[in-house]
Amino acid sequence: MKSYSSASRSLLLAGAFFGALTLSAVAQQPAAPAAGAAPAAAPAPLPPGSPLIGRPADNEAAAKLAPVAPPPLAGAPDKLPIAKLKLPPGFNIEVYAAGMANARSLALGDKGTVFVGSRLVDKVYGIENKDGKRSVKVIASGLYRPNGVAFKNGTLYIAELSKVSKIDKVEDNLDSPPKPTMIYDKLPKDEAHGWKFIAIGPDNKLYVPVGQPGNVVLHDEDHGQIRRMNLDGTGAEIYVRGVRNTVGFDWNPENKQMYFTDNGRDWLSETVPEDELNRVTKQGEHFGAPYCLQGNIIDQELGWGKDCKDYTAPVGLMGPHVAALGMRFYTGSMFPKSYKNAIIVARHGSWNKTNKQGGDVVVVKLNKDGTVKSMEPLITGFLQDNKYVGRPVDVMQLKDGSMLVSDDWNGAVYRITYGKQKVAGK
Amino acid sequence: MRKITLALILASITFSAGAETLEERFVTCQGCHGEKGQSGTENTPSLGGQQAPYALIQLFMFREKLRDFEPMNEMAKALTDDDLRNFSDYIAKIPKPAPPTDAGEPARMQRGQALVKQYLCNTCHNGDFSGKENVPRIANQREDYLAKTLGEYKDNSRHGYDGSMADVMGAVPKEQIADLAYYIARVR
Repeated sequence: MKSYSSASRSLLLAGAFFGALTLSAVAQQPAAPAAGAAPAAAPAPLPPGSPLIGRPADNEAAAKLAPVAPPPLAGAPDKLPIAKLKLPPGFNIEVYAAGMANARSLALGDKGTVFVGSRLVDKVYGIENKDGKRSVKVIASGLYRPNGVAFKNGTLYIAELSKVSKIDKVEDNLDSPPKPTMIYDKLPKDEAHGWKFIAIGPDNKLYVPVGQPGNVVLHDEDHGQIRRMNLDGTGAEIYVRGVRNTVGFDWNPENKQMYFTDNGRDWLSETVPEDELNRVTKQGEHFGAPYCLQGNIIDQELGWGKDCKDYTAPVGLMGPHVAALGMRFYTGSMFPKSYKNAIIVARHGSWNKTNKQGGDVVVVKLNKDGTVKSMEPLITGFLQDNKYVGRPVDVMQLKDGSMLVSDDWNGAVYRITYGKQKVAGK
Repeated sequence: MRKITLALILASITFSAGAETLEERFVTCQGCHGEKGQSGTENTPSLGGQQAPYALIQLFMFREKLRDFEPMNEMAKALTDDDLRNFSDYIAKIPKPAPPTDAGEPARMQRGQALVKQYLCNTCHNGDFSGKENVPRIANQREDYLAKTLGEYKDNSRHGYDGSMADVMGAVPKEQIADLAYYIARVR
């Protein structure tokens, strides 16, 4: 031990000497500080765009936090955490389909097929419903982060990281569907917030978000927005701006206004900013990101000279770091009356928080004027002892008024019903 | 040459596909990844002490061709879900790689250390770079493999399971990768 440390000291001295001799050579490298200089006091600041901006450098609790990745293998049907999930009295939950690694966004076909996107694998799945039996098929593979799926008039739309494609008459060919045809690819290729949720609006346009390319970052005109376009990919235009990363939206059935969830930035604090529930009242609105957070906090770095009054404030706050993702208005009649036209939201759950929050499905009830009246839990139990046993991503109503929930941790889709429990066909 | 190597590997898989123990099957892996968890092969990672959830993700990605490297894609092709789990757990238990005997050139070590502090690598990889869960152990990984991997995350030619490392490396200048790899390979 002793000889080792003296050896290392002599090496250090040699290094310093060597460093001094080669100082001029070293100085030609732009990023390299002079060798043998006094020990650096404070580390250099993070470059713009680093996802770690805001993280305190010497904080033990902060150093324990890292993005949580789901296991790659889908959970076996008999090992899903269904018994751990809790719902209000009268509600039931069952496994609808399993074995779909990283099951994410949901879309419903005319003939009852449920399409399921993924983010960390390359597949879009289809859950076929035939003669009361369900079976899982791979509809497309070899795709890059195919998170988004939407369906209209026989056609499935798929959004990958930087392109949107479609498969016509997909439900006629579930066993050997043709390869998707690209309809739109004028999209940035950033990994950060590059995966997409998509949906088709009441105006028959396809809505495609482009997230901000980092945690908290100034960006160009092509990011931080929701676009809309015709169903063949033409006529793309910016619908709204100031969107950090939305992974869920739907339209109020009463007045056709779009509502969307938006995820707040990381590393500002444990308690703020909260994720947003936003309402669009007119095209061109700006929702504040990255300058104004949750409608009333000016960003400590990028917000100088900005005023929250200049941006549209959220109608609801969904909790800090909870990752409010998929959301749909409930229009069915199976659930209690108070659920009619309420919004069901999947909160994927936090990583940037010591005591995890979210990892549940909530119901957001609205006032007559479209503002938020209340937020109540619908499914809890995905979070056990500060660890995930599942993570809800998207929700979608079936024709009978029951609701599906996807879980990318287990690669499964669950079905929620209300009232006397009906056992669905296996 | 590559074809021959591949053929040999495949042959050895075929021979070992019987009822061997995991240890016996793992001998094939040691051909490139080295014995006792420490790789002596250029650009090929040491596996010892790797986090099991990370190893599982990588084996899965090789099998599903989500991560492109032909020899590993071939190796993983026929593995079952249980194989993936068992090999990952096994890898986590073999000894972690030892630091190189030379302590490193002090000036470079100092530069690397400053960069590691600046970019807060400890946030996900831990202060001792042992990793956690889906975040890999990088301490005393081969320097060439570290540099290659950081470069591939930077230009996104290696697609991560999620985009975290592409996001992190986006802000790191290419010129600093060599010092980062030099330091992490030798950290004690």
